[in-house]
Amino acid sequence: MTTSFSDHVNHAWSLLSFWLKQVLAIMRLETKKSFVGRRLIAVYFLALAPVALLVIRAVAPLDPHELGTPGEAGMVFAVVFQTFVLRFSIFFGCMSIFTNLFRREVMERTLHFYLLSPVKREVLVVGKYFSGLIASITFFVGSTIACLLLVYLPYGGKYMEEFFMEGAGTEHLVTYASVAAMACIGYGAVFLLVGLYFRNPIVPAGLLLGWETINFLLPSFLQKISVVHYLQSMCPVPLPPGPLAIITEPTSAWVSVPGFIGLTILVILASAMQVRRLEVTYGTD
Amino acid sequence: MTDEDRIVLDNVSKFYGEVLGVNRVCLSIPPGITSLVGPNGAGKTTLLNLICGLLQPTKGSVRVLGLTVDDPDLMYSKLGYCSQFDAFPKGLTGLELIYGYLRVYGYGDQEAQKMAWSALETVNLTDAANRKVQAYSKGMRQRVKLAQAISHRPQILILDEPLNGLDPMARAEVIALFQKLAADGAHVLISSHILHEVDMISDRVILINNGYVVAEGNIHGVRDEMEEHPMQIMVRCDRPAAVAAKAFEQDHAVEVKVHEDGQGLMIRTRNADQFYLMLNRIVLDCNLTVEAVSPADDDVYSVYQYLIGTDGGRL
Repeated sequence: MTTSFSDHVNHAWSLLSFWLKQVLAIMRLETKKSFVGRRLIAVYFLALAPVALLVIRAVAPLDPHELGTPGEAGMVFAVVFQTFVLRFSIFFGCMSIFTNLFRREVMERTLHFYLLSPVKREVLVVGKYFSGLIASITFFVGSTIACLLLVYLPYGGKYMEEFFMEGAGTEHLVTYASVAAMACIGYGAVFLLVGLYFRNPIVPAGLLLGWETINFLLPSFLQKISVVHYLQSMCPVPLPPGPLAIITEPTSAWVSVPGFIGLTILVILASAMQVRRLEVTYGTD
Repeated sequence: MTDEDRIVLDNVSKFYGEVLGVNRVCLSIPPGITSLVGPNGAGKTTLLNLICGLLQPTKGSVRVLGLTVDDPDLMYSKLGYCSQFDAFPKGLTGLELIYGYLRVYGYGDQEAQKMAWSALETVNLTDAANRKVQAYSKGMRQRVKLAQAISHRPQILILDEPLNGLDPMARAEVIALFQKLAADGAHVLISSHILHEVDMISDRVILINNGYVVAEGNIHGVRDEMEEHPMQIMVRCDRPAAVAAKAFEQDHAVEVKVHEDGQGLMIRTRNADQFYLMLNRIVLDCNLTVEAVSPADDDVYSVYQYLIGTDGGRL
């Protein structure tokens, strides 16, 4: 008896829908853990710190000279976003969320509940990655949107209405939110891998942070081997290069986004390979 | 019975670096209740984790009902595991724990709800279903672990110290559950320190010490094979001296002690079957009144003492 092409398609489809069902079930179990718990205090702090800074700026009685023009406000946000939010908040926030997706369960001795489920380990990795992604996007895209609104708040409701309804405000908002989401996708995948391959993720995370920080001083081809280069390339307001910076052409979003997603998939596959070899050794008899 | 009905370990070794976990283990475990007995650090949990696929063998292979961990979808839908660790994902109620993992298994909402409640009912935990697991007592946590392990109705149930923390009533209920599952054709593999309960419920035992399986099989069969340890048999009768005299005429009798009350004796013999035949003859020839005859060291505890002893470590 031969199997027809449509049988293969049906089988593949039912398998995919079963895996999707399992991914959703894993995400449902993980959601609570991703948003509640003492371990998340640092993540809340990282997400709310830039918001708190801009709340102070918004409510503090500044005279118009100190406040600057709305155009300067766009630059204020670009500096806050590209130096603080991207390189600090999202970097460390993703490190905390994603390196702990498996490590925390090993430490709490609960990973066997998943490993003894009839779920492929690759599916488990995807489910956990997406649960981390939902949490990080909620924290940091939310923080980015709040920051952008707060930067323009001191200029009054009328200006904000014009800027967001008729000006470039909405486009900036969507672009910055997308860049923040891309940062979560990229750093999330990298830190998932780091959490699986290293017992102590601080050292590789420190090296990665160092690389990302000195990136602007490196030759062009080395600048392109970093997450932050592609993220900054997508930002609508470029930062002025410092006196020591080596100017590199920004990479087009048409190249950045697919490349970013492709790289993320490769990193997740590498994580899945490691999880396939994972053994539960958190106890002996 | 084929390998498709058994848990088969073929020359399995597991080393943690240079530390031995288990070494050259060959087992073929049929359905029924099998107990894994050994002192602390003997390799019991390592062996259970190897069977479950939580550990990969350094050498050899493990097949569970003909399946390996390379087919997790098939293997884990047939296997339930109750670990010794008193740890649960944080923030979940008993119901959420069981329901949540059933959803991961691929069951739909309604079915998972139904199966979760059924599992909780089996372990008498429905009243506490909506309470956080962290707020459970030790015995309740043990029961919710068990409920989670049986919730998908597995053919193989692996239980690491399942009786720990249970009160006598709960213990009796849980043991009855194991017996029911085994009677329905399941494999129930138990690691336990409570030897008299192991003795009571097990169809067979696996004795493990220092990473090696030192004996396995039906406990009476294991005891019979231990020829270097003469069998102790207790006889309660009206004329023990007559039995003792006859026994010493036989070359298989090693030692006879008459009880202080003069109403019985304890005999150590290298051939229990010959002793029973001899006892039958005495009963017929001398009109002996026998109240009771029972082996005194034909249980897990004695076998454990002989094979592992107190040097083997604390139970």
